[in-house]
Amino acid sequence: MTDLAWINTALTSSRAQVLGALLRYFRNLDTAEDAFQEACLRALKSWPLNGPPRDPAAWLIFVARNFAVDELRRRKKQEPLPPEDLVADSDDDTQAALAERLDASHYRDDILRLLFICCHPDLPVTQQIALALRIVSGLTVKEIARAFLVTESAMEQRITRAKSRIAAAEVAFDAPGAVERAARLAAVAAMIYLLFNEGYSASGGTVHVRVQLCEEAIRLARMLLRLFPAETEIMGLTALLLLQHARAAARLDAENNIVLLEDQDRRLWNRELIAEGSALVEKALRHQHPGPYQVQAAIAAVHAQAAAPADTDWAEIDRLYEILEALQPSPVVTLNRAVAIAKLRGPAQALSMIEPLAARLGGYFHFFGLKGALLMQLGRADEARAAFDHAIALADTAAEAAHIRLHLDRLVQDSAPRDGMRAS
Amino acid sequence: MLYSILCYESEAARAARSQQEDDALMSRLAVVQQRLAAQGRLGPVARLMPTTAATTVMAGTRPVVLDGPFAETKEQLFGFYVVDCATLEEAIEVARELAREKPAGALEIRPIARFSPMSAT
Repeated sequence: MTDLAWINTALTSSRAQVLGALLRYFRNLDTAEDAFQEACLRALKSWPLNGPPRDPAAWLIFVARNFAVDELRRRKKQEPLPPEDLVADSDDDTQAALAERLDASHYRDDILRLLFICCHPDLPVTQQIALALRIVSGLTVKEIARAFLVTESAMEQRITRAKSRIAAAEVAFDAPGAVERAARLAAVAAMIYLLFNEGYSASGGTVHVRVQLCEEAIRLARMLLRLFPAETEIMGLTALLLLQHARAAARLDAENNIVLLEDQDRRLWNRELIAEGSALVEKALRHQHPGPYQVQAAIAAVHAQAAAPADTDWAEIDRLYEILEALQPSPVVTLNRAVAIAKLRGPAQALSMIEPLAARLGGYFHFFGLKGALLMQLGRADEARAAFDHAIALADTAAEAAHIRLHLDRLVQDSAPRDGMRAS
Repeated sequence: MLYSILCYESEAARAARSQQEDDALMSRLAVVQQRLAAQGRLGPVARLMPTTAATTVMAGTRPVVLDGPFAETKEQLFGFYVVDCATLEEAIEVARELAREKPAGALEIRPIARFSPMSAT
């Protein structure tokens, strides 16, 4: 690997830890970001000449902290200065000594806090994700704008607004207690999941951009799991993302149309990601403390383990959805369970299961997609067409609409019943 | 003499590589491996899953099972086993058997991502 590639990797992988520590010292995001930026510039100058430091994160924290302290002194700002021990002259500090002093117990709470401030409940979901990509992942505004299909200046504004909102919010800087830590972890897990979905659902941007979002979500999930290795739901989250991402190459065809799970070329599935995801599910489930991420991951693992669609263990999937319904009752979960029921007990049973959901899922694309597919299997063509029309009207993306049109075309072309419609 | 060569890298750095970069790295390493294999000098090669997939069994008469890798830095690596198990539970059982015979230390179970069983002659 070239020097520059190595340095970039080191800067990316240290970013969350370094920013998290700087945020704890200075309690101000802008100060922390400026200092990190400066430290990166110095690293780019120094590392190629002097060789890489043994602990890049410690080096960056040391350099950034000194820079920020100097800046604060120089500007003589109104805001309170950092504690005395930080201001104390540290010229004699060697990098190794600093690494020793870095309080390892702060490390995971630093990163968790950094992620958590992006999850402020007042911020709309898209802003949470944009903020996390900017602050935690270090993507440029331009890259984020591309992912969300907005102009750079619009994204710049959004991020600035979101930042001033979180600056006004009170975030506790003390080490959190167990309850607070669990709450933060849950909020951060949800944000990572949404980030992944942003990349996974073909809502915009090129394939390359979407893959980048998914890979970044996986990187953050793994980072969180390294910090909290015994958290079963974080195991579940990481497993879920790995198992879904494993199918990325098979999910869209050359024309960017959605390929349903049962129509996917399973040779394109990434076996290594499936193996890792399955290992994590297994590890989580042996604690017998199931949560929504673990169960969803277990469902994804059952699909992934079937060599062909016909080998799918639908009874196991039905059983898992039943657990998920109990853990997290939602009409969408019932809708998904109906797919398993259709396989196990036929379309009529599944249809009677989803019909009561109509009131609550009246605006949900997949509801009408599944309803149309079940009606089609039952040979009720007119009603199926009406449901598909409804689905098209609700489609969020061109790919979703195109997929339903495919069903409609089939309906017109032949009346032969065809198998299911399901989120791929 | 048979030698083992153990690979170390920052896990955060490894996770920061894109799939594409990682694939490129693996194919560069494969070139070296193929040369050794052609000379009949290459034994088994394994790529381990990340430490997030690890489970640790502490040595002792009643072995304790912990999630995550063995994190102590005072102990050193002394050897390894490759065992074929249908489930993680089975692997933990094997590690427990070994752990009960060991006075101290730990056994870290790491699923293997890629394995090439070639044997050196």
